[in-house]
Amino acid sequence: MSPLDEASANVPAGADEAERAANTRPAAWRNPQPDGPYALAIVGAGPAGVIAAELAASLGVKVALIERNAIGGVNLHCGSVPSKTLIRTSRVYADMRDAWRYGASVPTGVDVDFAAAMQRVRRVRARLSRVDTAQRLAAAGVDIHFGEARFVSGDTLAVDGTRLGFRKALIATGARPHIPRIPGLAEAGYLTNDDVFELSALPRRLVVIGGGPLGCEQAQAFCRLGAQTTIVQNKPLFLGQEERDAAQILSEAFARDGIEVRLNTTALAVRMAAGTKLVDLVSDDYRNTIGVDAILSGAGRTPNVEGLDLAKVGIDCDAAGRIRVDDFLCTGNANIYAAGDVCLERSFVDSAAAAARMAVQNALLRRNHRWSDVVIPSCTYTDPEIARVGLSVREANRRGIPVKTFTIPMHEIDRAVTDGETAGFVKVHLRERTDRILGATIVARHAGDMINGITLAMVAGFGLRKLSRVLHAYPTQADAIRQVADAYNRTRLTPRVRSRLLRRIES
Amino acid sequence: MTRLHASADEAWLDQLQRAAFDFFPQATNPRNGLVADNSRVNSPVSIAVVGFALSSYPIAVERGWMQRDDAVGRVLAALRFFHDSDQSGGPSATGFKGFYYHFLDIETGARVWQSELSMIDTALLIGGMLTASEYFDAASSGESELRSLVDLLYRRVDWRWAQDGAGTIRQGWKPECGFLHYGWEGYSEAILLYALALGSPTHPIDRHCYRNWTLTYQWENLYGIDCLYAGPLFIHQFSHAWIDFRGIADEFMRDKRSDYFENSRRAVRIQREYARRNPREFAGYDEDCWGLSACDGPSDERPDTTNERRRLYGYAARSVPYGPDDGTLSAPCVLASLPFAPEAVMHSLRAMFERYPEGFAHGRLASGFNPTLAAGDGRAWVSAGHYGLDQGIVLVMIENHRSERVWQLIRANPYIRAGLRAAGFRGGWLQHSSSGGVQ
Repeated sequence: MSPLDEASANVPAGADEAERAANTRPAAWRNPQPDGPYALAIVGAGPAGVIAAELAASLGVKVALIERNAIGGVNLHCGSVPSKTLIRTSRVYADMRDAWRYGASVPTGVDVDFAAAMQRVRRVRARLSRVDTAQRLAAAGVDIHFGEARFVSGDTLAVDGTRLGFRKALIATGARPHIPRIPGLAEAGYLTNDDVFELSALPRRLVVIGGGPLGCEQAQAFCRLGAQTTIVQNKPLFLGQEERDAAQILSEAFARDGIEVRLNTTALAVRMAAGTKLVDLVSDDYRNTIGVDAILSGAGRTPNVEGLDLAKVGIDCDAAGRIRVDDFLCTGNANIYAAGDVCLERSFVDSAAAAARMAVQNALLRRNHRWSDVVIPSCTYTDPEIARVGLSVREANRRGIPVKTFTIPMHEIDRAVTDGETAGFVKVHLRERTDRILGATIVARHAGDMINGITLAMVAGFGLRKLSRVLHAYPTQADAIRQVADAYNRTRLTPRVRSRLLRRIES
Repeated sequence: MTRLHASADEAWLDQLQRAAFDFFPQATNPRNGLVADNSRVNSPVSIAVVGFALSSYPIAVERGWMQRDDAVGRVLAALRFFHDSDQSGGPSATGFKGFYYHFLDIETGARVWQSELSMIDTALLIGGMLTASEYFDAASSGESELRSLVDLLYRRVDWRWAQDGAGTIRQGWKPECGFLHYGWEGYSEAILLYALALGSPTHPIDRHCYRNWTLTYQWENLYGIDCLYAGPLFIHQFSHAWIDFRGIADEFMRDKRSDYFENSRRAVRIQREYARRNPREFAGYDEDCWGLSACDGPSDERPDTTNERRRLYGYAARSVPYGPDDGTLSAPCVLASLPFAPEAVMHSLRAMFERYPEGFAHGRLASGFNPTLAAGDGRAWVSAGHYGLDQGIVLVMIENHRSERVWQLIRANPYIRAGLRAAGFRGGWLQHSSSGGVQ
């Protein structure tokens, strides 16, 4: 047990929240008075905004960071941090339940202590809120303004009445949960990731609407904590961005967890009856109604662009509501850039941070870094995890790039077998008849960690031939990547090559 | 292989093929030619099974198991039924736009189970019709009627409607809710469907549909074997019941320097490699005991129970290497691999027969067996009765292995030839002019 976990047992519930607030939105904070225009004004202090502010401050320029809520954004307060914390607890319960699989006896009398799980969420949030505090950012030279920002002109922002001049601006306002339009949903009440981590009691019956990454992660976590969980997805498969085999493995994992999976199903309406939320579902011609205690919307995210007066400064949005940017992350206004969920199709902390760095460099240093050159990994933190980098086969085919996939099922990997974690695979997609890596998909219990090796190879320009010379510690699950490289090498040993080698050996 | 072995194999194959064929007369309603999906009480008709029945009659006539007149009568009964059937697309009709509902009542031919109008199953039915039409080439009035009915029934299928304005063909439709969205991606048994839909002189789909479908393919190196991937074995067999893929290739396969026949050979190797590794540690699996495919298997008694140590899938498409896999194997899919890997198949089938004779009762292969769920006496769980799809694919694939008869009949069909060419297939028998039998 780490000191952090030990501490969580003793700290009163309110203390963690007070610490988090003191770090990220201090009550007595007074916004600084600007004395001239900022070289860079950043709207939004989530991961993208904070990274951009730090980078700009380290360059020695005058930088403003404007935040309407608290520093840390969705990630810290109601996104990845609390979500992964709760997933960890849910994995512990799943491992206890599955102890027999590992030759251990299943503990008896295991009752889920939901309050303890949520207290740990608060504790971890408080702990991580110490990383980027308002005080620390201010000490690093960032002017932090709490308040609502809007553009007054192409070189001026107003923050609750105070005018901030700028030469360049960066919009990093992020996104919020998208609420599906379902009649009766608002009246019956629903949860999103904004408030699900504030629950004080586990809902006995839960329906998760949306089979994307967020919906899948939370459905599995809550099911493992003991909620009778149904997941409703209006498409034929989960995780539409992922390949079919990944979705198949996930479906099986969900079934083993006991999640009721409803694919190709749409929620039509929600009603209340005797304290129960009744959700009407339709799948093709099959209609039925399920009764639940809570509804969690995991149906994607909506960019936060309202109230910024973007049109006034010549910034427009695409059909999905995201700020339209060019390949240099510049908006329709040459002095204003955007980064993170407000403009990017894929909503991840790592890509938001990378976009923020790139936008600052392009804006302040007049660099010409292109977003399309960035190799972006991503991971859905279900169990098993589903991680991906680069092109999918579908995308490669669409672009007319000949592609061949080398696949190693995890059941081929010694460490996966010893760990009892054989569900999954490593698939590396190559440009056919070369060893150039186009992309990869990994499904494994720790796929998020494993994908980094492939991202590294892609960024460094290593092909599979070079990767096959990189020893991977044995036994590790990441050794699967080396085995992919070995599989590639074996295909190079054509009969012609073999006979040439044989002649050399015999001569 | 010794001569003794060869003749013993030949005799056994003959028995197995005859037993498979006998399913069809037993399961057929002689009044309308419709055939039950399986041998269980109250089984509905499966239109795909009717397709296999129609393909079985030429084989039975050639092998002396049925009189030609009798066979023509049975084919005509089915064709007349489909010709006269209710094509209104109503909830209790038989079909719509020339397609048919997947499951029908065996007496009335009306839709049952609120089943979908099935494009792939209609394709298997039409495949059977074309086979019969190519074989029954005599000038008699019965055989003339047979051929003109087949032509009419094929020509009236509105494949273009099933495209629904999309880039590929839809797989299902219901009067209650319109087109269904299965999200089928990747290689599947649908080449026959595309060939029929592209070869239609009346309602062809756009040529680019086939390419759009092949864009979802994955060419994979798995267990060291390069293969166009699909998990369940039946996918590598069903179009091959009718189409001889030896030596012909579409753009995708030309690019891979392979063909679909070779691909099915490799699929067999992958199945055996998977069973040898047996990652889920099911009883009985090894390289001589394999066959994960669509088949009947045991079901969970309480499917909603969490904390289960075992999940069972009932009738489902089992798949390598990612599952579903619940320890159930399909002997019919092993036997249906005969043209692709004759020696491995005969060797494996003998091993399976010696270990699990309970799956071979009365010389006919049960749909599935599961040695992990053995009874107290050590006998494997065995699916009750028999399924028409299993018997049909076994019957036709044994015939193709022995005489190439169904392949030869379909090779002569101008619609299939035109459809394959439109899909970009070239080479082999497609280069030569049709060998006759075309009306």
